[in-house]
Amino acid sequence: MSVIAPKFRLGYFLKSLTDNIFWIIVLLTLVGIPAIMIVLFFIDLPVLDGTLLTPFLAFTMMFHPELAVPVVKSLLYSDFFRIAAFPGFGFAALLAAGTIFAERKLLAKLQLRVGPFYCGKFEGILQLMADGLKLISKEIIIPAKADKPIFWTAPILFVATAAAFVSLIPVAPGWVVADLDVGLLAVFAIIGFFPIITILSAWSANSKFPFIGGIRALHQMVSFEIPLILSLLGVVILTGTLNLSEIVESQSNYWFIVFLPIGAIVFFISVLAELERIPFDLPEAESEIVAGWLTEFSGMIYGLVQLGSYLKLYAFAALFVVLFLGGWQGPMIVPPFPAEIITHGIEAGPITVQVPGLPITTQEMLNGTLWFTLKTVAVIFFILIPRGVFPRIRIDMLLSIGWNKLIALAFINIFIALGLLYAGVLGPGGLL
Amino acid sequence: MTARLPPGLQLEKVDDRIMTLNVGPQHPGSGHMRLIIQVDGDRIVSCDPDPGYVHRGEEKMAEYRNYITNIPHLERPVIHDSCNILYPYCLGVEELLGLEVSERAKYVRVIASELNRFTYTLYWLAIYGIFLGHSTMFMWPAGDRELAIDLLEKLTGARVTHSYFVPGGVRNDLPANFEDVCLRQINYLEKRLKAYADIFYDNPILIARTEKTGVLSREDAIRLGTTGTVLRASGVDYDVRTKEPYDVYDELDVHTNVLKNGDSYDRSKTPWLDMLESCNIIRQALEKMPKSGSVRVKLKPNPKGGNDEVYKRVESGRGSLGAYIVSRSKPEPYRVKLSVGSFRNLICMPYLLKGEKLGNMPAVYWSLNYWPVEADR
Repeated sequence: MSVIAPKFRLGYFLKSLTDNIFWIIVLLTLVGIPAIMIVLFFIDLPVLDGTLLTPFLAFTMMFHPELAVPVVKSLLYSDFFRIAAFPGFGFAALLAAGTIFAERKLLAKLQLRVGPFYCGKFEGILQLMADGLKLISKEIIIPAKADKPIFWTAPILFVATAAAFVSLIPVAPGWVVADLDVGLLAVFAIIGFFPIITILSAWSANSKFPFIGGIRALHQMVSFEIPLILSLLGVVILTGTLNLSEIVESQSNYWFIVFLPIGAIVFFISVLAELERIPFDLPEAESEIVAGWLTEFSGMIYGLVQLGSYLKLYAFAALFVVLFLGGWQGPMIVPPFPAEIITHGIEAGPITVQVPGLPITTQEMLNGTLWFTLKTVAVIFFILIPRGVFPRIRIDMLLSIGWNKLIALAFINIFIALGLLYAGVLGPGGLL
Repeated sequence: MTARLPPGLQLEKVDDRIMTLNVGPQHPGSGHMRLIIQVDGDRIVSCDPDPGYVHRGEEKMAEYRNYITNIPHLERPVIHDSCNILYPYCLGVEELLGLEVSERAKYVRVIASELNRFTYTLYWLAIYGIFLGHSTMFMWPAGDRELAIDLLEKLTGARVTHSYFVPGGVRNDLPANFEDVCLRQINYLEKRLKAYADIFYDNPILIARTEKTGVLSREDAIRLGTTGTVLRASGVDYDVRTKEPYDVYDELDVHTNVLKNGDSYDRSKTPWLDMLESCNIIRQALEKMPKSGSVRVKLKPNPKGGNDEVYKRVESGRGSLGAYIVSRSKPEPYRVKLSVGSFRNLICMPYLLKGEKLGNMPAVYWSLNYWPVEADR
């Protein structure tokens, strides 16, 4: 293999470095600072030294090392941050982007090639950004006889539904966008939206191949939703709650995958089908029906659908972690925050700075996030791997797997859960 | 009365159960051709293959060029299998001109022809993999194909269109140290081919998907005039290399792989078994080849044949490949007709696809070992 890599030259390197610094400064002043101002308008600012901060005051304090921490801390605990950044959309989008990159490099290694290589300084790490820019800059072509409002709305609804799914996932103790008492029921409701959006977009394109793809997606999603929901009933029976945070907390001693392995397997296979991933990617089978229900999408509409499907992938992997792998539970490996920084302050040469408001986050939150991310990445890895190993299956095989085998296995799983409950092994007042 | 439109372009009634799909020529699941498929739900009602998108008039062009200048353009229909498609033409011209080919040249031809079977069949296998949604099976053969291509580049100087066979032998002798490199790479390729079984041919999903689909019975295979791997997958023991040996194939031990079910799985497995057999043939040829001697007969400029006609055929990657050459005492052939395996295998496609599910379409279509460009010529 001949890869032509340019020779390292110090001059070019320094030039690229200064270029990067220049663009970072330009983007910070033009985008970053206005964005910070906009964000500050939307969060509840703390009372500092007896005065309620205004956004402008807070903005000036952002650049003062002693006063910045309370402002940042109030930002971290605001609803805006939860929805847009940490347990919500930003965290999920980051993991989804990492998933796309990992998928491409992993498959490339499996298939004896290099994968993305040139874009970015390290192993094509910026390839995703380049692809995104390409999709944004492409023209959006809408078929002449398409139902335009629905054709436009469907991809946006798809991303919105995927983001709503993400918002239900508890990442760390207390860190969840929407902590509902009927969390699992809300998950089922959201999963039920995807086939409707898919068939709407497929039908609105008014084209043959998207229509066939949409019908296939409908068949697939509807027939795999039933084993998916049934496989989760075992967990609900054992915990007696639908709240996802409480389900995680009930797994502090053991993970449900130990007692309900059949349920976990059924759920995993159903997830592969719901995500339309190989071997269940019939709705997008390119050798049969071009690109299935995505055929008429172009430009950023297509990009939105891809974003939505990878958000969905993250959300399903996270749901698997929450229900079967104990969510954020794990041994404490994050060291505690050094107490002398709070009591004595930070020594920086001759001066000692007392920073109020430390520590910003708790030890449990960091540890939980770490374990949750590790487990989610592991589950995503297992979702990605079949793409390199299996061919696509046929629609009649798919339906027979869904209706005959998985539903039967899901019922066996429910009986196992009931047996464990009535034998007094698990559940409220159980042995373990 | 509405004007009569060509098939595939007719307007459909909205309440019609039957939907017409144009698979190709701009469809990822077609080659340079079109399949007009009518589906009732998920079941194919009728299939009408529509080849001819890459017709280049190779046979007509051959009537205006002399015997030697025909070589570079006659190989164009299958650039991956260019030695094999020139083979019957060279054999025929040699008989017309009365040329005697040296023993060494015959062995070199066998080696080049079997290496070409690798480059063609691995390409075919790669596309079969991606048609079934198996992306690893697309990348592995496409990468391993480089080994055979490197060998052929060493041998002929070109990666694909070799123009290596000429009437009276081959264009140039083996390069130095070719035998060792060839043996090493063939051994490695054989190892890789066996690894394909683990990921592809023994894959339970692949077996469940392609077994008992598009079944071509032994009688139908003979009746429809199929050839090559399709015929052998249906249980007919027919290989031109053993039934009508040409050049030195009668001195080599060629084993014919015959499978009996005649479904897509067997049709996809026969070319793979053929490649494994090619490894044996190349090893035998390298061993038995005379170590020295000329490889090319010197020709007069513009040689003329007599008033004669000749039909020769060889076993190509897609089946028996024949060339019918008519000579009328001129430097140009009066008529050249290529009888190609692709077109003959295409004929059975409507029979196989009728009543199948739409999802089986790529599995059946590409298992016929059909190369659209060769069928159009």
